[in-house]
Amino acid sequence: MAALPKRQRLGPSPSLAWLFLAPALVLLAAWMIYPVVYSLFRSLHDATGNTFVGLANYGAIFSDSATLITIRNNVIWVVVAPLLVTVLGLIFAVLTERIRWATAFKLVLFMPMAVSLLAAGVIFRLVYEQAPDRGVANAIITTVHDAFAGSQGYPGARPRENDAAPASVENGAVVTKQVVRTGQPALIPLVGLSPDAVAGFAPARPASGDGLTGTVWIDTVRGGGGTVNQIDPEEKGLAGMTVEALQGGAVKATTETAADGTFAFTGLPPGDYQVRLPQSNFTAAFNGLTWLGPTLITPAIIGAYIWVWAGFAMVLIAAGLSAIPREALEAARIDGCTEWQVFRKITVPLLAPVLLVVFVTMIINVLKVFDLVFIIAPGSVQPDANVVALEMWRVSFGGGGDQGLGSALSIFLLVLVLPFMAFNIRRFRRDER
Amino acid sequence: MRRSAVLMIAALALTAACGGEAAAPTPSGSAPAPAAKPLAGTKIEIAAKWTGDEQASFEKVLAAFEAKTGAEVTYASTGEDTGAYLGPRIEGGNPPDVAILPQPGLVQQYAAQNALKPLSQGVLAQIDQNYTPYWKELGSAGGQVYGVLVKAAHKSLIWYRAPAFEDAGAAEATTWDDLIGKTAQTLADAGTPPFSLCGASGWTLTDLFENVYLSSAGPENYDKLAKHEIPWTDPSVTTALEKMAQIFGKPDFVLGGASGALQTDFPTCVTQVYGEKKAAMVIEADFVASSATQSGAVIGEDAKAMPFPKAGDTAPVVLGGDVGVAMKDNAGAMALLEFLASKEGGDIWAKEPGYLSPNRNVSPDNYPSELTKQLAQTIISAGEAVRYDMSDLAPSAFGGTDGKGEWKHLQDFLRNPSDIKGTQEKLEADAAKAFKE
Repeated sequence: MAALPKRQRLGPSPSLAWLFLAPALVLLAAWMIYPVVYSLFRSLHDATGNTFVGLANYGAIFSDSATLITIRNNVIWVVVAPLLVTVLGLIFAVLTERIRWATAFKLVLFMPMAVSLLAAGVIFRLVYEQAPDRGVANAIITTVHDAFAGSQGYPGARPRENDAAPASVENGAVVTKQVVRTGQPALIPLVGLSPDAVAGFAPARPASGDGLTGTVWIDTVRGGGGTVNQIDPEEKGLAGMTVEALQGGAVKATTETAADGTFAFTGLPPGDYQVRLPQSNFTAAFNGLTWLGPTLITPAIIGAYIWVWAGFAMVLIAAGLSAIPREALEAARIDGCTEWQVFRKITVPLLAPVLLVVFVTMIINVLKVFDLVFIIAPGSVQPDANVVALEMWRVSFGGGGDQGLGSALSIFLLVLVLPFMAFNIRRFRRDER
Repeated sequence: MRRSAVLMIAALALTAACGGEAAAPTPSGSAPAPAAKPLAGTKIEIAAKWTGDEQASFEKVLAAFEAKTGAEVTYASTGEDTGAYLGPRIEGGNPPDVAILPQPGLVQQYAAQNALKPLSQGVLAQIDQNYTPYWKELGSAGGQVYGVLVKAAHKSLIWYRAPAFEDAGAAEATTWDDLIGKTAQTLADAGTPPFSLCGASGWTLTDLFENVYLSSAGPENYDKLAKHEIPWTDPSVTTALEKMAQIFGKPDFVLGGASGALQTDFPTCVTQVYGEKKAAMVIEADFVASSATQSGAVIGEDAKAMPFPKAGDTAPVVLGGDVGVAMKDNAGAMALLEFLASKEGGDIWAKEPGYLSPNRNVSPDNYPSELTKQLAQTIISAGEAVRYDMSDLAPSAFGGTDGKGEWKHLQDFLRNPSDIKGTQEKLEADAAKAFKE
């Protein structure tokens, strides 16, 4: 058989291959390579783009405290979010294998992926609202909390803040300023409750009697007026208020006010006392957590992120799980392994490649997080919740218009992402082999 | 610059796919005739920050323009951060035909970038006819007129819920000390938190500061601070911040305390006063009327406003306003701006709630409420005696960006009102940076 002519080969010619590759290459060059190179170039120039400033923009990233916070937040994100998402995905995947309505369950968990991150952000902005009547998170927390310790007494009630007021606040308790003598009823006027809140209360009355007595009442009248520090006919008494009689700092007796706000201690020896309304009367209702405050904002946003991505991780891991040889699991069970041992010694090691891919993909994803932070954090805590990607957009296009610094941030982000990208690509190559 | 922006956008893959979508076809060669404008088929895109009710009101004006000229106007909402919306579109060579800028500072900024088109003779004629020179000045950069003030905001007001005042026996205050010591204290004693602060919207805090500062430091200092000729560490700023701390520092005075206020944006703070009836007062401009009406309040009956009380020698009148500019030089854009600057357009807009016209020929009779009529009158008659919103005159990196500069530091001050000195130093540091550029 004659040797094939040198130029003949199987398949299309390289020139034809190049022709078919050309569109992809052009698009890649226009949308990937050129922008990256230009961003690098731009990051070495100032805001106007005309002056070369060397590495000054990169210096600015690490010297500005606001930018350092974004880097700190990104570190928190990278450490916490991918791990949680992967672990939750693994748990869901393993558990859904064992239940009946697995598909329905998976569908529900995967559903958030169908919601855009922006919409998810809007949803969670509402979930995290402070007021329990608007925010679901706090509604749940306060309901649970109140089931164990309901609020009681009169939160918000307090004495007037001036020298003429007969009582003042000490360590949260209301204490009479002057000594109270037996036979001379004490007056403890309070304010701070709205006329509507006390509308159904009984009118306050002056106390009488030989013992240590007095009245605790709301010293305001609807529409203003009324004599300050005096019991007016339309003013309301505060019922059920705990009252303590003190002598030399020690509690001598405790009683409660009647419906008209009067109290009387029985069996106290005559003398001089101080009357105290302990703090327990004024315990403010538990109002839930400040999710959208500077402290909790990043964990709160990470929570929203997990809601979106846990389902995705679950589906990937479940696919890996179904590829695990059943024999290995069964052999382990026959050998007497507990389910926990099977999970730890067989399932997880066999799943390791998938878990790693999910984990690394999540790291890359988390480094670029933008929308959730932008939407969920209120303006006042954006600086506390800020991340590098959001800061990049802000300095480039919001307010300052410094695209030099913005480009430097984008290159910085690229450098952060690159090792993980390289890692993923190497893994894919190894898998192909 | 333009080139770089195209690339930035491509790099960020933000709007790469929408290039050219909104480009308005320029009508071929038809010079704008003053009387009938055959703009049938012309598409005009206008971008402004208004949403909700304000947007609905504005769209009625646009509808009138469409009916008159046959043009097709598309409204695009820029959201609160107008610079962030327009920036990429300008850089990408695809700006809207007309933009309404919330800050005169942006007129200067965009004029410097050559992003604005000088107004046509028709628009200039309307401006000369309807506006005092002061307003014309606000829309100019480098001697060239680029903008027309289409909407004014009266920012020296304190809105209150009349039934809450009646229940507590509180009265309007004419001095700051009365506001704190009497009005607010009486309300707090009666169990109603006096103030609902919109701390999540930084600009509401700058408005409060400007009123207190203009009143306590006087107009001359106000002008100097606005141009950064005196530093933010000046003792006059200390005084103003101390007065603000009289509110910020008392948990009884602020609905939800500082933490609650910082999560409350505008107009939620208005809803808290008039809808949920949780607080008694909200310190913001005339446009509160729109949100208050939506919350079910009747302006002039349960929703009333008092002039911002004097915190010093000056009764403050701080104004804000939105400036319309042309970003493309075409007949449609100019015709729309001419309409907005005209008495005709102003009259239509004035019938909507929450609108104040700086146009002196718009008859106050158009306004739907007695209050708006009075406010319009004060703006027109005050002329050059009023001061424009200071933060809106500053570079937007300092005076108009979420999470930066003045917004951020006043929010931090609300969180920690005892740190007056630290607040001033941070304000000065950011101001120095922003004004240098």
